[in-house]
Amino acid sequence: MKQIKKLLVDRDIELFIGRVLRTGVITACSIALLGGVLYLAQQGAASVPDYAVFKGKGAEYTSFNGIFRGVASGSATEIIQLGVLVMLATPLLRIFFSGIAFAIEKDKLYVMITTLVLGIILFSMFGGLKV
Amino acid sequence: MNIMIFSLILLVSAYMAGLLGSLTGLGGGVILIPLLTLVFHVDIRYAIGAALLASIANSSGAATSYIKEGITNIRLGMFLEIATTTGAVAGALIAVFMPVNAIAILLGVVLIFSAAMTIRKKHEHLEQTGSKLSYLLKLNSSYPTANGEVNYKLKNVGGGFSIMLLAGVLSGLLGIGSGALKVLAMDSAMRIPFKVSTTTSNFMIGVTAAASAVVYLQRGYIEPGIAFPVVLGVLGGAFTGARLLTMMNPQTLRIIFSVAIAFVAIEMIYNGFNHQF
Repeated sequence: MKQIKKLLVDRDIELFIGRVLRTGVITACSIALLGGVLYLAQQGAASVPDYAVFKGKGAEYTSFNGIFRGVASGSATEIIQLGVLVMLATPLLRIFFSGIAFAIEKDKLYVMITTLVLGIILFSMFGGLKV
Repeated sequence: MNIMIFSLILLVSAYMAGLLGSLTGLGGGVILIPLLTLVFHVDIRYAIGAALLASIANSSGAATSYIKEGITNIRLGMFLEIATTTGAVAGALIAVFMPVNAIAILLGVVLIFSAAMTIRKKHEHLEQTGSKLSYLLKLNSSYPTANGEVNYKLKNVGGGFSIMLLAGVLSGLLGIGSGALKVLAMDSAMRIPFKVSTTTSNFMIGVTAAASAVVYLQRGYIEPGIAFPVVLGVLGGAFTGARLLTMMNPQTLRIIFSVAIAFVAIEMIYNGFNHQF
């Protein structure tokens, strides 16, 4: 009986994580679609930029602040990048909620493992590794 | 070509990449890099940025369906993500200093090797005895098949973990999900049923890619004009792929997987020698 209950809890967690992923992806795609449609409406008839040449840093959409500024002013490319940011945040949210789920289950080992993974990713995001 | 037509062609191509990536556990990324560089003549760095995004979209999108089916081993995925994220961060760091040509050639060789290994081994193994670590880490589980719930146990957890570290480095270096190596680690080293390996690999790819993607975003690798058709297309493909996977058997999957791997490998080696990166 105890075994069955444990199994049910486990399945609930997995389904919840599934829902988190789905919501994140749908949100990211809706934002990217909105930005994309705007982008095509404004620049769709223009010829394709020379993507064979790499421009690198400098554009507004390569920094967090730049993206938020661009979105505030309704710029299509930055709205697309906001969708990108949500897309990048989705696996992060997944890890976060997995950690909570493991905590509810009182699985200390996996709470630790989850925290470690989250720490590694946050370090990569905000650790200034972009050089 | 104007932006409208370019975006639509890219959308359709990304859909196909997402479909294949999802069916094989490769992630849409590996198919997108040669596609973008060879067909669309896009700089490899933009291709890497788009591939990273595609990998995340593909992984998150498909994972939803796999979890519902109960195939994904979430504990195993979480444990191995320690290795893949550490590797990915290291990969993104050394990417700046590494000659990409040499890496491309090396990767090609590794992929062809794993494709050959995949075709040769035909049995769908089910281990009845797990290693000590597999019990300690609660990694043994079960998954649904046509004949009901099937239990499986894991071997060689350390070996699998090491291959995952390498998979993470390659993911961080090249922007691919390294699904091939992930499946190799779980399938060959840890003796996990192929369907569980594929889905768990797919589940992990998003987290691995996210570990290096923000670094690449800030380096300017992610170009919005390429990003949005790629993300939308790949996601559509991933959803279709996830649905198809539950109706297919591992044997068909293996063949698709191997052909896809060999194709990408030849592409990588060819480009490496021609200094097209």
